[in-house]
Amino acid sequence: MKKLSKAYMVLVLLFLYVPIFVLIVFSFNSTKSRSVFSEFTLDWYVKLFHNQLIMNSLRNTIIVAVIASVSATVLGTAAAIGINNMKKVSKGIVMNVTNLPIINPEIVMGVSLMLLFGMFTARMNLEFGFVTLIIAHITFDVPYVILSIMPKFRQMNPHIYEAAQDLGCGLVGAFFKVVLPEIMPGVVSGFLMSFTFSLDDFVVSYFTSGSTSQTLPITIYSMTRRKVSPEINALSTIIFLVVVTVLVVKNVIERRSIKKGVKA
Amino acid sequence: MKKLIAAPYLVWAAVFIVIPLIMVAYFAFFNDGHFTLDYVASVAQYSNIFVRSIWLAAIATVICLLIAYPIAFILMRMDRSYQSTMLMLVMLPMWMNFLLRTYAWMTLLGNNGIINNFLGFFGIGPFKMLNTQGAVVLGMVYNYLPFMILPLYTVMEKIDTSVLEAAQDLGCNSANTLMRVVLPLSMPGVMSGITMVFVPAISTFIISRMLGGGGNLLIGDLIEMQFLGNSYNPNLGASISLVLMVIILLIMTVMNQFDDGEDRVLM
Repeated sequence: MKKLSKAYMVLVLLFLYVPIFVLIVFSFNSTKSRSVFSEFTLDWYVKLFHNQLIMNSLRNTIIVAVIASVSATVLGTAAAIGINNMKKVSKGIVMNVTNLPIINPEIVMGVSLMLLFGMFTARMNLEFGFVTLIIAHITFDVPYVILSIMPKFRQMNPHIYEAAQDLGCGLVGAFFKVVLPEIMPGVVSGFLMSFTFSLDDFVVSYFTSGSTSQTLPITIYSMTRRKVSPEINALSTIIFLVVVTVLVVKNVIERRSIKKGVKA
Repeated sequence: MKKLIAAPYLVWAAVFIVIPLIMVAYFAFFNDGHFTLDYVASVAQYSNIFVRSIWLAAIATVICLLIAYPIAFILMRMDRSYQSTMLMLVMLPMWMNFLLRTYAWMTLLGNNGIINNFLGFFGIGPFKMLNTQGAVVLGMVYNYLPFMILPLYTVMEKIDTSVLEAAQDLGCNSANTLMRVVLPLSMPGVMSGITMVFVPAISTFIISRMLGGGGNLLIGDLIEMQFLGNSYNPNLGASISLVLMVIILLIMTVMNQFDDGEDRVLM
């Protein structure tokens, strides 16, 4: 039984990883063939870094992700505090609206925002671009910030906020000294979630970006539609390495903090 | 007083979440300010695409469930120290860009791709694998499998192992324990896993376009074509989106009937 489950696990992991490893292997292939490996080369990496289109869209992606996730975190943290203090009925309504972008298919969200932006751009002679892109990203990021902060309020003792005020803190002071540290883990994980979702988003960006401000996923999409270029494989390899590094570092930090917690 | 701090978000949500959805409904029912049912009625002519999307997404969801359930169960029975590493290993591909993962299958499945080349050594094939419905289902399973594993694992991890021991003490063999104890307790995870796979699968247009060729259009392709493709028609696109939302809403309502009302796990 043990052996059987191990074999099954290995099989599923192979299914998950083989396609990615094939991409990585062929990023070092000297010809454009996607099935026969001829010679080792790093040419595609050199070409990748000299590809202006890819580098521009990488820059766009990072700018959009930083602005959108920071704004979403501020907006969402404020929202979570307010929602937490609402009465049951209005809280329920607001949370249902907040859940909409998560439950709704991405394409519907992209299309609905495109209709809204289209109305404004047509009236005011504007174009789709960074502004529409960032607004769209903030919109799909905020719900994740709110949903990761709300549970922290449930774990928090409501009296410590009052205690801080009794002990001489103002409303704002009590918030920064007492409430914010309590909900901080939620704020941080909400921010990280927003940032990764923004970096990775294709569907919503595709409908709201216009032609001038393309993000990396949009560029990748147009690359896969045109002639095959092993530069994509090189890009995949780099992205894979970044993902692995980030996740390993995150895990190591988490384990250390757990160990410290046990000691203390 | 403290409620006021949510005001900026409430305005934001009204303008960028609620109003856009109202606009979808408006575009579906109004043309130049006149009420019309023409667009919604004309969605019917695409019923074959709707049936295909529901069918392929359903197959992919069932396959995901069948693959993911044993994985979640194995993870749950593992050593604690081992568990988080294995979970990370299973979830890691999800962090890789979705388009690149789908692109990887394009290179594997092509007529001159690796699988056909490999089979060629043994004198088998080549098989036409790319641009088929099978490839679309494969792409859905590959991309959305982690969305099924995660909620299943989250629920199973919370199951008290002493309950399992009790079942065995009371005469259940392992198959019986699985069927009569683990399965009922993991139902909320199954339900949220199904929604988390089915919703993106039924509305995708990338997977069908990259792995299905032009012949296997899904609802997502149809919507995309009305907004950014050759057949620009936002009214029709909005109608199709509206029908898609209604279908998803209906399916989720049906799923909720099977749920025993306990808290669902989202992420």
